[in-house]
Amino acid sequence: MALTRSQVEHVARLARLSLSEPETVAFTEQLSRILEHVESLNRLDAADVPPTYHAVALQNVLREDKPHVSLDRDKVLAQAPQAEAGCFKVPKITEG
Amino acid sequence: MSGITHKLSATRLNRLFLAGELSAVEITEAALNRIDKAEPKVGAFLAVTADSALDRARKLDARRKSGDTELGCLAGVPVAVKDNICTDGIPTTCASRILEGYVPPYDATVVERLRAAGAIIVGKTNMDEFAMGSSGENSAFHPSRNPWDLDRIPGGSSAGSAVAVASEEVPLSLGSDTGGSIRQPAALTGIVGLKPTYGYVSRYGLVAFASSLDQIGPFGRDVEDVARLFEVIAGPDRRDSTNAGRAPSPVKFGGEPTLKGMRLGVPTEYFGEGIDPEVKARVDEAIAQLRELGAEVEECSLPSTEHALSAYYIIAPAEASANLARFDGVRYGYRTPGANGLLEMYGKTRAEGFGPEVKRRIMIGTYALSSGYYDAYYKKAQQVRTLVVRDFAKAFERFDALVTPTSPITAWRFGEKTDDPLSMYMADICTIPVNMAGLPGLSVPCGFAGGLPVGLQFIGKHFDDARLLQIAWAYQKVTQHHEARPALEGGR
Repeated sequence: MALTRSQVEHVARLARLSLSEPETVAFTEQLSRILEHVESLNRLDAADVPPTYHAVALQNVLREDKPHVSLDRDKVLAQAPQAEAGCFKVPKITEG
Repeated sequence: MSGITHKLSATRLNRLFLAGELSAVEITEAALNRIDKAEPKVGAFLAVTADSALDRARKLDARRKSGDTELGCLAGVPVAVKDNICTDGIPTTCASRILEGYVPPYDATVVERLRAAGAIIVGKTNMDEFAMGSSGENSAFHPSRNPWDLDRIPGGSSAGSAVAVASEEVPLSLGSDTGGSIRQPAALTGIVGLKPTYGYVSRYGLVAFASSLDQIGPFGRDVEDVARLFEVIAGPDRRDSTNAGRAPSPVKFGGEPTLKGMRLGVPTEYFGEGIDPEVKARVDEAIAQLRELGAEVEECSLPSTEHALSAYYIIAPAEASANLARFDGVRYGYRTPGANGLLEMYGKTRAEGFGPEVKRRIMIGTYALSSGYYDAYYKKAQQVRTLVVRDFAKAFERFDALVTPTSPITAWRFGEKTDDPLSMYMADICTIPVNMAGLPGLSVPCGFAGGLPVGLQFIGKHFDDARLLQIAWAYQKVTQHHEARPALEGGR
């Protein structure tokens, strides 16, 4: 199925990707071709087939609720683009 | 020994080191010299950690001299690690601008295990950005080149890990395999690569691409070396909740190579349209040799193979779009300068930090998971996955393992498939179904087509990795393909 430009723009917003004009044009064409290929799945009658989300079956994996040593805070924060007072720092979220 | 040290196997180097015939410093220097010489041609590494490697080698030498007898089965062996596996204090970039300069504050479980076994980490290897690609061309930094023909791609996504071993820079390396990213570059560069059963090797510290498909595994120039590294990295780890909690049983090699009583299936779908006739010829010759070794070989069918590829290109991008949401310029890596507000910072950071293939897959995945399309794409793909699992289960009622080509084609030229993502995706037809079902897959060299290596793939039952290694060992014992070495020159 062919994707429209506005669908591509919508998906890019959901994915938090500020695409350039040439990227938006290229992805509209490329994603359409990939989805066309994937469409072949819909020719398959799989209505009664249960989905497999994990190839190796797993039950809930539990562990005892015991505290253990975690990563060093300063070492972790040293990797952040901006940090202050033991926290990650981000640009302003609210107006005013 | 000097002059050929870099050519020796890990098994041999470990033995010579433990016997005091070669020091860890001598072995490490030989690897670093080889890297110096080969790197300008092949570009396997993103970072070479010469100082820390030599420091570690000196410590190992001191421990050996002091009579320490618990140095480990990789003691003195140089190993390279794919750059999506976290290494404490060594940059880990996933070959992406968005992680440029990121230095993990911890080791992945496999890296801890390498260190505990006495291995010497000599560097981090190049890859397709975030392991998305089949050629290595998607690295944000530089391409890696196939040592058999420097004008050709080495395969991907674990491009550098394969090239480093094939070019004799290191005897062993670690890669990761989500849809063929260990087996395909192993095949295209003429070495051995194992994708273990899903859950055998801890993924803790592996930067996630598609969590239900990703698995870390070893590269080496022969089956014994690959088995040795596999036994070190596999095993229980509570930090990965999808880890199966199983320790591998040691693989025993030796005696007369025989496959008597072994039942091997050959799925006809893996020899379909698009396979290079010379690749098919090499695989047919290999199958004849497996018969001579005593195996009973019969054709079989995995009818969902064609659909597996389509389903993979929904499932893997869907999981990736969720996993890569964490790269947002807040906690690590790149942040765009001067964005106005948080949302603009997210959008620009990600647009500037990710390369085209990563964006393409995030877009496909986000679309497939978005409201209104989930049932048509994502759920449908997971239903197809069930069909793939059932195909294999049925085949394994009759067979102990399956034999196929690893890749339908040999290494292609740079740029040949970059404008057509779909044709690059199609080249993964023989490896993708194995990840979908979580099975082990092993690629071994089985000869050459037009001067380029061809790989033979064995597929096994869950946790039957040791059996695959044993079959491949028997095959290797009666063939010399794995002994061929590249000249590191351009094509004719």
